[in-house]
Amino acid sequence: MIIHGITIILFLFLYVIAIVIGRSRNLFAAVMLSGIFSLISACLFVIMDAVDVAFTEAAVGAGVSTVLMMIVLNLTSDRESPPVQPKVFPLLVALLTGGVLIYATKDMPAFGDPEALIHQSQTTNHYLWHSFEESHIPNVVTTVLASYRGYDTLGETTVVFTAAVAVMLLLGHVRESETPPKLINDPIALVGAKMLIPYILLFALYVQFHGDFGPGGGFQAGVMFAAAFVLHGMVLSPKHTLKAAPALIIEKLVALGVLLYAAVGIYCLFKGGNFLEYDVLLSHGEKPNPHGQHIGILLVEAGVGLTVFAAMLTLFYKFALRGKA
Amino acid sequence: MSNIIEHLPVLQIVVPLVAAPTIVLFRNSTLSWILAVLASWFCLFGSITMLNQINGGGEIPTYLIGGWDPHVGIVYQVDIANAFILTLLSGISAVVFVYARTSVRDEIPEAKHHYFYAALLLCFTGLMGMAITGDAFNIFVFLEISSLSGYALIAMGRNPKALTAAYRYLIMGTLGGTFILLGIGFLYMMTGTLNLEELSHAVPHYAETSVVRAAFAFITVGTCIKLALFPLHMWLPNCYTYAPSVVSAFLSATATKVSFYVLLRAMFMLFGAALIAQAKIFLSFVIFLALIGIFMGSLKAIGQDDVKRLLAYSSIAQIGYMVLGLSLDNADGLTGAIIHLFNHALTKGGLFLVMGCFMYRLNSTKIKDLAGIGKKMPLTMLAFTIGGLSLIGVPLTAGFISKWYLAMGALQAGMWWLLVLILLASLLAVVYIFRVLEAAYFGTPEKEHDVEEAPFSLLFPTYVLIGSTIFFGIWTEPMLGAARKSAELFLSSGGAL
Repeated sequence: MIIHGITIILFLFLYVIAIVIGRSRNLFAAVMLSGIFSLISACLFVIMDAVDVAFTEAAVGAGVSTVLMMIVLNLTSDRESPPVQPKVFPLLVALLTGGVLIYATKDMPAFGDPEALIHQSQTTNHYLWHSFEESHIPNVVTTVLASYRGYDTLGETTVVFTAAVAVMLLLGHVRESETPPKLINDPIALVGAKMLIPYILLFALYVQFHGDFGPGGGFQAGVMFAAAFVLHGMVLSPKHTLKAAPALIIEKLVALGVLLYAAVGIYCLFKGGNFLEYDVLLSHGEKPNPHGQHIGILLVEAGVGLTVFAAMLTLFYKFALRGKA
Repeated sequence: MSNIIEHLPVLQIVVPLVAAPTIVLFRNSTLSWILAVLASWFCLFGSITMLNQINGGGEIPTYLIGGWDPHVGIVYQVDIANAFILTLLSGISAVVFVYARTSVRDEIPEAKHHYFYAALLLCFTGLMGMAITGDAFNIFVFLEISSLSGYALIAMGRNPKALTAAYRYLIMGTLGGTFILLGIGFLYMMTGTLNLEELSHAVPHYAETSVVRAAFAFITVGTCIKLALFPLHMWLPNCYTYAPSVVSAFLSATATKVSFYVLLRAMFMLFGAALIAQAKIFLSFVIFLALIGIFMGSLKAIGQDDVKRLLAYSSIAQIGYMVLGLSLDNADGLTGAIIHLFNHALTKGGLFLVMGCFMYRLNSTKIKDLAGIGKKMPLTMLAFTIGGLSLIGVPLTAGFISKWYLAMGALQAGMWWLLVLILLASLLAVVYIFRVLEAAYFGTPEKEHDVEEAPFSLLFPTYVLIGSTIFFGIWTEPMLGAARKSAELFLSSGGAL
């Protein structure tokens, strides 16, 4: 009952924040509020027992994307120019979409209904009952993500890579200002950040390798690892961060992560299996082969972490190193 | 690797997917181009091999990615429709990527070449991935790859308006993508599977539920945005007009075509007859939209003074023809729609390559700047003329075949009045194509052009595509046969209940 109450209150928060974001002309406030929106969504995911999703939402939505948006605001203005005229059509589209969504709930199985087909299907049963014997990994989410549907994850890693390529294509060789604006000018923040950064890096590594046993994995770890560098760049100067992590090397890491992932898949082909069939790794012909699964998942997660980390840092560089237009 | 043929389905995606990061790693313009061309040629070879095998009565064994069964993992189940669309995609890319070398050198700053080729390859990978996969969520993943890279590619046009065009497309495209994701989520919620084959058996049982109906609405509207069906076409004209020549040619020939393929899959295989029969009124509505698209697109095309924009509006009209064929809901109409997808890709791709030749020499594609160009660039202009005739649908060109089948479909559906409308719309196409021809052959230039014929490196690929519209207009059987078999496959699977 308490859970229901909390859920309802959190959803109310979401409504209010969404409306305020929509109405706000102050972009700074809108960015901060969308960070809070993500954080509350993350809480809701925790209530729904989707901790891996919650973790990602908190790291990406509330964390890195807020920072990136702030840096963009630093380049432009934090006031939205007033709209020319109130637009009715978009409102109608939004209302219609909402209407269809509400209509869809009419025959929807109740949340968490054990009788619902989604919980009874062959797919779900296989994941829940056989994933441990096939991979010896307690966190089913990791097995689904990196092995059963590992091909989708390769695709999603490629999406991150594509985003980085798109940004490099668009902002590639713009004039970089000699002295990029200092983002935070505060000795307390400097000292605090210096103490925090090693622990953030350590925790990111923990998240990367603990994904097999609890919530975590390459996506979250990559974002956290990048966050440490972004923090460094913000309290000192992006130029300092460049010395620690040169842009060209980071850019190559974005590509290398995807290549590592794909290389695992291709290696499986050479070992006589199908693409991404980790069972043939470290194999003596037995199936299921948890050792092969384990090493495969470890390697592809490393690929994901590498690409996500490097892509996030590349985005940060591209924006933070520009002078104010 | 025991047998490369056995792994052909997945290599179709893996090869270009691996080529893209490799390009970023080496940062060299020439090497990037070579890798892109090799990857697309490999895919073309693979697609044709698979198409031949299926056309010869064989089957491509289901490819289990990761070695997992269909209900656990992701599979590639290549049937005639997959192979058909894959052949088209890789064929177009194999030609356009060759053409890219000279055009990209001219239009894109050298320092960005490797990113440009990487984005081009990623877009190609995404589209191929959508076309081959047997998994609903996997369609969305590859849709994201193709869309993201597509936005960036369009924004690379030299005109600053390219940025705004790409931004509008980004907003619309993201909306479309989100709708498709919602729809897929709803289907998964009701059936507990993402495998397209299993979905096609399971979904009809829930056709009466509000969830499946909402999924139908979301997926249809989502794909129609990506497809640019009237009235969701607003993003298209500016994108095709301001994008770099190579990108206009590539996207016009592939992106909307893959969306149309996804729409076909969703309508006939997922929702099938069960849902469409409930919605006869829905089909009439779609016919209505398609017709408005055809006429609005053609009329708008007549009024344009930039040929690239003219061709963009013509694309909206051609999309109308495809959707018209689909909504006739009979074998001939559907065959017409599918073969028109193929023929229009060749024609429009070829015509945009011609535009690239003009861009290279004249730095403009405005009708007034093309005045009298027929004397200076006769070969380029001849290519435009042939492509234009195919667009109109003159016999012996590919365009004729598709209109013929659409007309047959209309008759079969008992809608003879559609014939009149199709004929009328073709006359409009005559008008807008002849406006260009008249200016180019009979117009007098404001000042004498000081230009030569387009270079061989541009003309040759252009003629390969333009020539293929005549080739497939005369030697119709292989592609028409594949289109007919695809249509039969779609229609038969529709009655799965």
